[in-house]
Amino acid sequence: MILVALAIAIWLGAWWVNARIAGSPLNRTRWARLAVPAIFGLTLLVVWELLVRGLQVPGVILPPPSAIAARIGASPGILWVDFVQTAVKGALSGYVIGCGTAFLTAIAIDRSPFLQRGLLPVGNFVAALPIIGTAPILVMWFGVDWQSKAAVVVVMVFFPMLVNTVQGLADTTAMQRDLMKTYSAGYWQSLFKLRLPAAMPFIFNGLKISTTLALIGAIVAEFFGSPIQGMGFRISTEVGRLGLDMVWAEIAVAALAGSAFYGAVAAIEKGVTFWHPSQRG
Amino acid sequence: MRTLVPILTVIAAIVAIWYAAAIFMNAQWARDQAARAGTELSVSALVADTWSQDRPRLPAPHQVVAELWDTTVGKKITSKRSLVFHGWITLSATLLGFGIGTGLGILLAVGIVHNRAMDMSVMPWAIASQTIPILAIAPMIIVVLNSVGVQGLLPKAFISAYLSFFPVVVGMVKGLRSPDAMQLDLMRTYSASAGQVFWKLRLPASMPYLFTSLKIGVAASLVGAIVGELPTGAIRGLGARMLSGSYYGQTIQIWSALFAAAIVAAALVGIVGLIQRVTLKRMGMAR
Repeated sequence: MILVALAIAIWLGAWWVNARIAGSPLNRTRWARLAVPAIFGLTLLVVWELLVRGLQVPGVILPPPSAIAARIGASPGILWVDFVQTAVKGALSGYVIGCGTAFLTAIAIDRSPFLQRGLLPVGNFVAALPIIGTAPILVMWFGVDWQSKAAVVVVMVFFPMLVNTVQGLADTTAMQRDLMKTYSAGYWQSLFKLRLPAAMPFIFNGLKISTTLALIGAIVAEFFGSPIQGMGFRISTEVGRLGLDMVWAEIAVAALAGSAFYGAVAAIEKGVTFWHPSQRG
Repeated sequence: MRTLVPILTVIAAIVAIWYAAAIFMNAQWARDQAARAGTELSVSALVADTWSQDRPRLPAPHQVVAELWDTTVGKKITSKRSLVFHGWITLSATLLGFGIGTGLGILLAVGIVHNRAMDMSVMPWAIASQTIPILAIAPMIIVVLNSVGVQGLLPKAFISAYLSFFPVVVGMVKGLRSPDAMQLDLMRTYSASAGQVFWKLRLPASMPYLFTSLKIGVAASLVGAIVGELPTGAIRGLGARMLSGSYYGQTIQIWSALFAAAIVAAALVGIVGLIQRVTLKRMGMAR
């Protein structure tokens, strides 16, 4: 009971601190922007820990964060093997193949307005479908190892990437294209010097959407069959054995990998599209 | 006409590639069968066989359509083999979750817009959470809720709600912030209260953003409901159809469940789009 009261007190206290920081003149500084969400996140973890202990929630329903951290510390080997199997072999290779193919396809259909008018609506439509459902079929075709996971990822990232690249290549004004024409630039010259750089914000938007899709695809595809390693495999078997601390450890790794992957792409974007208004200031 | 012809051409090309791929992928099995029977297959017999196998590696389009027709129109909707029955199980979880997720998402967005502390605390996490493979959490939610005695529709609906929640929060915050300083100043010269600014300016201005997020959210909800059916060994729902199809090698069943899911997704997004068009037209915001 004391722990529950303590949890409520900490929650209210942290909220009061955050409200004070947000209400003070400091709230525009970089320091406040980092501190406030950090305090909020830490408070959530502490309250979680205290409530689980205070209300004596059994570990098979919700383990406290300390138990999850202990599990991560105790089995880095398993987590690393799973990470390599799912994130590197499955998600990353599929991501590269899928985004690369979609990019080349977009360039290929770029010269034909007819194909663009046909492929864009179809691509937009397919991007909204539950493509994850192709996972059982692809696992059947490519076997249970990482190749089938990469295939699922390829199918998942292809259409969002294609649609974004095609839209980006169309994002130049008539004035800019006319200028290239007055320079008597050929198709490839105007593609490399004008239209591809102009398309970069769109392309990176597609790449960023695809990072999340890639990890989701690789993990969910493992629910349909996998070798005895991989994050999806570990999650589904540990859930069956009620080893929830291991499940949460895998989820923490997946969240970390997802954020890092997204962050890496966003960092590259910042370097490539430094000229774009959204990157300035 | 200008867009219809290219779209139909692309779709026709996809179907043609599909038929060709079906020949290619199923040919091995057909040849093995013929060799076992000691007969030689002519090309036309080979093609005919690859398009009509019971358990092909890749079923031909007409086989999938026939199975879809058979399991939707041909069966009673209460039958365990009817796709309408399974589709409804998944759809009801999707809609319940979508409703919960959207409602909570809008409430949180209103809180974020009106409370600076909440904005600074929650918003970075809401954005960061979009980079996290949330679906990985699905099997755990189901097992956890199962062990506290919640079964059936609700666990799946929770996953759907979770997936549609964050797009709605992010879109709605953007929308509620979309009125510019000029419009807010005008409201102040009318000496409007915070409530009046919300109901007469912010909420109407957020509608285009809300509908865009709703389209993303409803598609995500359906994916959530389907994935929620996978790891639990559920026996009902579109996800369960896919899973049992993959266990027993019933490829045509997987493909028909996949197409049923695609049709449901297209219908849901289409309905939201229709409501969007009608609403924005009535509000004079249609483009």
